[in-house]
Amino acid sequence: MQATRRDFLKFTTIGGAAAAIFGFDLQPAYAQLRVLKIARASETRSTCPYCAVGCGTIIYTIGDKAKNVTPQVVHVEGDPDHPTNRGTLCPKGASLEQDILNDRRLLKPQVRRPGGTQWEDISWDDALNEIAARIKKTRDDSFIEKDAKGVTVNRLESISWIGGCTDTNEFNYLVVKAMRALGVVHLENQARV
Amino acid sequence: MSQATLRVQKISGHAGSVPGDDAQREYTVCKLIDTTTCIGCKACEVACMEWNDLPFGETVFDNTYQTMPETRWNYWNLILFNEHEKEDGSLMWLMRKNQCMHCADPGCLAACPSDGAIVQYTNGIVDFQQANCIGCGYCITGCPFDIPKMNPKTNRVFKCTLCSDRVSEGLEPACIKSCPTGCLHFGSKEDMKDLAEKRAMQLRTDYNFPQAGVYDPAGVGGTGVVYVLHDATKPELYGGLPSNPSIPWSVRLWKGPLKWLGNAAMIGGILGLVVHYLRFGPKEREETIKQPHEGAEP
Amino acid sequence: MTNGWVDMKNTDMMLIMGGNPAENHPCGFKWAIEAKRTRSAKMISVDPRFTRTSSVADMFCQIRAGTDIAFLGGLINYAIENNRIAKEYLVNYTNAAFVIKSDFKLPADTDGVFSGFDETKFSYDKTTWNYDAAGGPGHNAAVAGTPPGLPGSVDYDLTLQNPNCVFQLLKKHYSRYTPEIIERITGIPKEQFLKAAELYTSIRKDGDMKKAGTIIYAVGWTHHSFGTQIIRTAAMLQLLLGNVGRAGGGVNALRGHSNIQGATDMAGLFDTLPGYLKVPTPGDASFDAWMKRATPTASKPAPWDSWNYYGNTSKFTVSLMKAFYGDAATKQNDWAFDYLPKVDRDYSWTNLWNDMYNGTVKGMLAFGMNGVAIGPDSNKNIDALKKAEWLVVGEIYQDETSEFWKSPRVIAQGDMKQIQTTVYRLPCAGFAEKDGSFTNSARWLLWKNAAVPTPGDCRLDQAIVAQIFLKVRDLYKKEGGKFPDPILNLTWAYTTPQSPALSEVLKELNGKALADLEDPATKVQIKAGQQLPGFAWLKDDGTTACGNWIYSGSFTEAGNQTARRDPSDPSNMGVHPGWGWSWPANRRVLYNRASCDVEGKPWDPSRKQIWWNEGSGKWVGNDVPDFKVDSKPKDHMGPFIMNPEGVGRIFAPLAAFADGPFPEFYEPIESPIDNLFHAGRTHNPVVTKFKDADDKFGTVKEGFNVVCTTFRLTEHYHYWTKNNPMNVQLVPEPFIEMAAEMADELGIRGGEHVKISSARGDYIAKAMVTKRIKSMMIDGKKTYQIGIPFHWGYRGIAEDEGKTARTLVNALSHTAVDPNAHTPEFKGFLVKVEKV
Repeated sequence: MQATRRDFLKFTTIGGAAAAIFGFDLQPAYAQLRVLKIARASETRSTCPYCAVGCGTIIYTIGDKAKNVTPQVVHVEGDPDHPTNRGTLCPKGASLEQDILNDRRLLKPQVRRPGGTQWEDISWDDALNEIAARIKKTRDDSFIEKDAKGVTVNRLESISWIGGCTDTNEFNYLVVKAMRALGVVHLENQARV
Repeated sequence: MSQATLRVQKISGHAGSVPGDDAQREYTVCKLIDTTTCIGCKACEVACMEWNDLPFGETVFDNTYQTMPETRWNYWNLILFNEHEKEDGSLMWLMRKNQCMHCADPGCLAACPSDGAIVQYTNGIVDFQQANCIGCGYCITGCPFDIPKMNPKTNRVFKCTLCSDRVSEGLEPACIKSCPTGCLHFGSKEDMKDLAEKRAMQLRTDYNFPQAGVYDPAGVGGTGVVYVLHDATKPELYGGLPSNPSIPWSVRLWKGPLKWLGNAAMIGGILGLVVHYLRFGPKEREETIKQPHEGAEP
Repeated sequence: MTNGWVDMKNTDMMLIMGGNPAENHPCGFKWAIEAKRTRSAKMISVDPRFTRTSSVADMFCQIRAGTDIAFLGGLINYAIENNRIAKEYLVNYTNAAFVIKSDFKLPADTDGVFSGFDETKFSYDKTTWNYDAAGGPGHNAAVAGTPPGLPGSVDYDLTLQNPNCVFQLLKKHYSRYTPEIIERITGIPKEQFLKAAELYTSIRKDGDMKKAGTIIYAVGWTHHSFGTQIIRTAAMLQLLLGNVGRAGGGVNALRGHSNIQGATDMAGLFDTLPGYLKVPTPGDASFDAWMKRATPTASKPAPWDSWNYYGNTSKFTVSLMKAFYGDAATKQNDWAFDYLPKVDRDYSWTNLWNDMYNGTVKGMLAFGMNGVAIGPDSNKNIDALKKAEWLVVGEIYQDETSEFWKSPRVIAQGDMKQIQTTVYRLPCAGFAEKDGSFTNSARWLLWKNAAVPTPGDCRLDQAIVAQIFLKVRDLYKKEGGKFPDPILNLTWAYTTPQSPALSEVLKELNGKALADLEDPATKVQIKAGQQLPGFAWLKDDGTTACGNWIYSGSFTEAGNQTARRDPSDPSNMGVHPGWGWSWPANRRVLYNRASCDVEGKPWDPSRKQIWWNEGSGKWVGNDVPDFKVDSKPKDHMGPFIMNPEGVGRIFAPLAAFADGPFPEFYEPIESPIDNLFHAGRTHNPVVTKFKDADDKFGTVKEGFNVVCTTFRLTEHYHYWTKNNPMNVQLVPEPFIEMAAEMADELGIRGGEHVKISSARGDYIAKAMVTKRIKSMMIDGKKTYQIGIPFHWGYRGIAEDEGKTARTLVNALSHTAVDPNAHTPEFKGFLVKVEKV
């Protein structure tokens, strides 16, 4: 609202007189309410990815999940129903919004070539094809079908998988299946350390 | 939107009656902070920053776990860490969440000359309305807890709002909700005082804290934030919590016996302002202040 | 955890040691605080530093890093000496009454080692670590050439007086752990130790069984060359006090990561298959031979009963092979036994890096795992990666592992261009972009939902792995190659093979019927193709498939049980039976049969978990009984159903542990003193070490005279939140915690830079001078201890802004490995401290 000088004159004259004479309040709302920023946001129940307390979190996104909306995270808060955390979060869980919206996220596949001093961009197809070819070559070059005693061991010692502990059970199972099928024995995880 | 809990009962720099004062039944809200179960995790600091979308700032390592030396205009909630060696040689690591105390008799509000820059709702929340703030900084001197802080860029003063936007919608403040150990609690002043006294009693009987007690200083009419302390006789140990806070005498004088002087000066000031306005027009604001919500223009 | 997070509210007494839950698990720690608030429970914090946990504890003891067994052994001694033990529990629910073979010898009698030690091989012949068979020695003599087994019928003495019964051996062994020697080893003054021992064991004062005490630990116990034995000492103490299986009791590992429990359950580790099944070795000539070795047989006093649930191992394993290989796993082909790699040695974490360092491992896939930073000896790991041919990293942020080739170490050495490793870095999905289940530390599985799409060109992790695998499979289909059978026959029949729906994977984990099944007792039928209700239905005839037997019951015909969100808790004991789903069989407290006396009545009527209902002839209760529900109390079936004895193992017989049937104190590999129990036998005698150029060890004589431990801050999460501006504001840069007294001596003030060096590397950060660490008297000599939080490296907000020295704390730590869990020792080592 842009007040003109003319408005100001009216305002001061009439309002001032009224205030002086009748003691009325001029401005009905002295306090400006801040709008609850999650009032109509969508709620998605998730689990904090950090420690093994496994706190329930609610991720608030703008939009009502209608087709034409790309959800944007506006807030993350603890899930009050979750029996363990009952809505609470630690300083890491409470800052998850900054993890989701982080401008340091890796956004495209990259490769560092032998002797290279820089990352180079690479397409997903090229990256996955090269990786698959390397896995096959390394496996075929060094797969151990029988050990020194002639016992069938079907073991691959030249490829290792090291996994983190913030991915799902289902992901871990797929990894174990795939790696064991290749014969990988150097299969380790954050769970060890 | 429900505004029932946000009816105004006190307004800074205001002549005449106040809209919500004495208008209806209302309970006072209160934060209980049990320092004996605070682990200094700073979840409340983060929850405050995230809920209020406050901008991140620089910090430097300062030989402490404390995030920064004192609250900032954009960091309203700070846990103070203090290592204290008891007489028997054992160590206490005291942590106290520091923020606006939402005094019943707020020194900031008493000191503020700007109409409506500081209000107290009937539920006890003391809230700053930056739109009405003139940047004089009197509230800073009026506060016995050293809480209000000036944004030097916009010349506006900020502090904890007790999440008035959440409370008005029936939610608890963000800091309270996040607190992992439950050392923070929220409810009516009466209930929080009761809980606090019970906890202090438990600390005296079942744990070895004979001086445990509740901090709710009378000098500011009681506070909307009460503490349980291991040793209520020494609040200073907890990062300089004043043992008997009060509104500075200069502020009392200004708002009490000498109020007529101020009023006369203010009338003079307003007349001057009117003359100034009629001659030169409105003063353009130098920098755009990002308003949290569009409201009445100043 | 044997119990759970919420269950902590039921406790009366907490010993928190080797963990700092206020710092690292704040939201779980609320239940410890709840116990203090509602039950006036007491908390003892034992830690190298006065931590955030210590700040709310009722008692704090500063312990020298790595001396936990001495402290805990002292508690066992104190409990026995002062009769603070749970006699009825001990006699009936543990092997305290079992008689051990007479030729078994304790370290006090055998020069610091147990009987059977081979000084040349540094390993034990464990034949003497066994129960005496009923009827005396020789009754159960092993057949020549076969490894010894447990006797089916064990000799026992319920009066616990037999000098060779477990209880008497225990008493004798720990009688040496006196307050005086504990003071000299741990640095905890005798009076303080006695106060802590009195407080913790006070729950069993005058034989009272109502109260329960819990022991809470984390990686402060596992990261030692005797980590497993520290935890065992705690478990033995808890059995002695009758705390296991009880609400508010148990031995509770606070695991560090959101799904570290699930990753362990799923066997992302070299030595297990999903559900803790043992991997086959070259010695297993056939599937049956493997099962024979892996399946225990009951071993107990004749009048007692033992369910010996691992007797079902073959059912779990055949079902797993059916899940992996479907129709390609048949009885005729030994359930595709040849498809499984045979594990002949230790391929664990440190060996993996060592094998890459020495050229065996040529390629590595690292997903969500910052390998060079996370374990000990970072410099060796960086050197190992230089020798690899290729590395594939799946990450959401730039991490130290994918950028090893531009680490400060490589830049300093100037050999970036010589490094021939090809590195692929694939952008993965963040937690909010993925659904699926996590298993928390309390074994609760909870399904989560995706909130937002992946940004940029990021892909879901499961899609990346699927796509790599399918491309490899295509290559084998097209080109052939070495032993392609397991690759070609692996089941991958997901609706969208390129990005399997995780709900379909969870269904596979739960298991389904491959033929029509009927329970002979109840006549309940399950049709072919239906989801199984639980692992009791698994068969070893190929009629069931199940990806992980302990997860059977998680996705039944009733739907996804992990997605249940009923928060109610009728018993008010923190069970919440309708929230998510916990393994096994939705039981929340393991071994809960032990919460009752022999008659089946709860030890504490105010905290009833399960009980025997004579009317129905069944065990019933507020939790799912972890027991055979119709086993009558008079049958005396043991509550520890996964042990062949049916009872808790105070003495761990035969090959259960590599380094002794009782835990014995040994010094960390780098320690300021010799072992006060046995001069010349300073370290765990069966520990693994490497001998490469990067594997160095320091001594006090060389100037490494300060004990160093590493830790985590509540404001940060591993190497992840250094990318989060909020967390960076909370703690902006690395630091080193040291005693004020030490800082004064070295002329260091808070905020000044300090250089820490070990025999392997160095680390520079600012000093945090504090009263929370004090000097200690270790065997009469003043000794200092420092602590370093490990969250920083060479990529992150502070690192990129040049605010840190860009070094990794684990460049300081060494490689020495716990022979049981294969976890390296990196929570206690020696360093030098200098002002920069």
